[in-house]
Amino acid sequence: MQQQVSVSQGHIFQRSLAWVTTRFGRKPTDLLFRGVTLLLVFIVIATVIGVAIVLVVYSWPTITTFGLSFLANPAFDPVHNIYGVVPAIFGTLYTSLFAMIFAIPIGLLAAIFAVDFCPRGLRTPLAFFTDLLAAIPSVIIGLFGFLLLAPWLQKTGEPWLQQHLGFLPFFQGQIQGVGMLAAGMVLTIMVLPLIIAVSREVMLTVPTAQREAMLALGATRWEVIRYAVLPFSRVGILGGIILALGRALGETMAVTMVIGNQASKPSLSLFQTGYTLSSVIANQFGEATPGLFLSAVIEAGLIVFIITLITNILARALISSMERRGARGVRV
Amino acid sequence: MSTTVSERKNSASNPFKPPPSAREIQRQFNNGCLIVLATLFALLAVGVLIFLLLYVILNGIRYLNLDFFTRLPTPNGEPGGGMGPAIQGTLILVGLASLIGIPLGLFTAIYLSEFGRGRLANAVRSLVDLLTGVPTIIFGLFAWVIIVVPQETFSGFSGGVALGIIMIPIVARTTEDVLRLVPREQREASLSLGATEARTTFRVVIPAALSGIVTGIVLAMARVAGETAPLLMTAFGTTFRNTSIFEPMDALTLRVYNFTLSPYQTQVNQAYTGALVLILLILIASFTVRWFTGGFKRKF
Repeated sequence: MQQQVSVSQGHIFQRSLAWVTTRFGRKPTDLLFRGVTLLLVFIVIATVIGVAIVLVVYSWPTITTFGLSFLANPAFDPVHNIYGVVPAIFGTLYTSLFAMIFAIPIGLLAAIFAVDFCPRGLRTPLAFFTDLLAAIPSVIIGLFGFLLLAPWLQKTGEPWLQQHLGFLPFFQGQIQGVGMLAAGMVLTIMVLPLIIAVSREVMLTVPTAQREAMLALGATRWEVIRYAVLPFSRVGILGGIILALGRALGETMAVTMVIGNQASKPSLSLFQTGYTLSSVIANQFGEATPGLFLSAVIEAGLIVFIITLITNILARALISSMERRGARGVRV
Repeated sequence: MSTTVSERKNSASNPFKPPPSAREIQRQFNNGCLIVLATLFALLAVGVLIFLLLYVILNGIRYLNLDFFTRLPTPNGEPGGGMGPAIQGTLILVGLASLIGIPLGLFTAIYLSEFGRGRLANAVRSLVDLLTGVPTIIFGLFAWVIIVVPQETFSGFSGGVALGIIMIPIVARTTEDVLRLVPREQREASLSLGATEARTTFRVVIPAALSGIVTGIVLAMARVAGETAPLLMTAFGTTFRNTSIFEPMDALTLRVYNFTLSPYQTQVNQAYTGALVLILLILIASFTVRWFTGGFKRKF
């Protein structure tokens, strides 16, 4: 009798296994494997959503207290408990704009060199070098900026600019070495490899036949690039540029080390010190007392998060629209 | 014969060919400008990198000695000392980050390449791609808010969590890319022999793609070893030797950051050496990656 029961229990177990197998069309071990994998994937998804939720929840006090005036108030003043991010947003946009103005032409032409003019033997080393530049920790670029670039700007670069181009609004004001100019230059160095890498990848997807057809018609190399390569890769390159912009907008360490971290009277001067959204976080979290101060620091982070999310979504949409037109294998 | 060909090419000495028109000269001029500018800017980009590397290496190598790896930092700019705790801390932090980042990244990649289909898979893939573009300080902020603020102390643990989240997308993306390179026939052969999906993945697909996966992991570890911003508000840094992960922990990048801004010349000198060690780490990782991917590309 006892035996009978255990046998029937075995039957139940086997039958339920069989049911699971037929129901899902897979073996139980596979289900376990899929289940564990899915569980870990959901942890990843939950983490990302968790980051967004935590940022919103903890910046809620300032969001409800200041509302949109947070974006329009020039003071970040823990003493009077009034917070706004106007100088930070200005600093972020101004330094990133500076970096893009210089990094786009240099990066694009360097990528054209890498794709079209580079001697075959130099291609791999060149790609290796740009990848390496992209991999250098930002604190090292910051060290370079703080210990070499800023002192040089103070002694030589900025006085020269003021003397010769001082009539422009960009080169007026007190010379301090650290400031918008140093931060912009450091950012240029940081986004350059990204622009080179994406432009190169995108331009390599242009069909060889298209280049050769132009060459066969007697076009010069410039004309081939202007009329066959650039129109085809325009969208992808734009995507790369926006991706680089996102990187510049969110960069923290290198900028924090050379931008001076002091708001000055708002002007177009590149010599003025300032701060960015990320450098506010890096500088203020230490003093941030729970309450509005802490919340303001986190809202600065939330703004960076939203800005970089938007730029990234835009960039990836542009680059993947290249794939729909037949260019394969570009993933950035 | 050869002389006539070259003469014909040279329009100046060919009496039958009219001299180049203004438009032709303009075209050639534009072309020349492009080539010169492109070469110049490529040289500039490489030049900046070489200058930066040489600057750090030449300044850093003067103070590179055994003490640097073992000794504690000296207080207030006294000579001597090293970055022992920082190096130890970086190793611990990268280890902690790997515990979180590698399994999550790896299984995300397995999901995406082996059986992720439809909307969820696309959403996960976009999420992973977007995650790589988020500034790392955001993850530092996250770990600070959920771990440091409630515990009321900076800790290596919170730093490891922040770095771990940063590792996930890097590991996931590189691993997914190499898993996709494994031919479908290999999977089908394994399945047709009666192997389960799990067995196929772990005994056939992953071994075939192993060098590529290792590459991704090494890259991700090198990336987070060079992170500073998320550690500022989590691991925070300390000048004491400390192996407890629930207390403030030093990291190479944090020490380089603090010493770069230091008013004492001896500390600035050590910052150079710290930067040099970081660059060496990145170089070693890059060459390992080159070596592995070289072998990997030959295989398929």
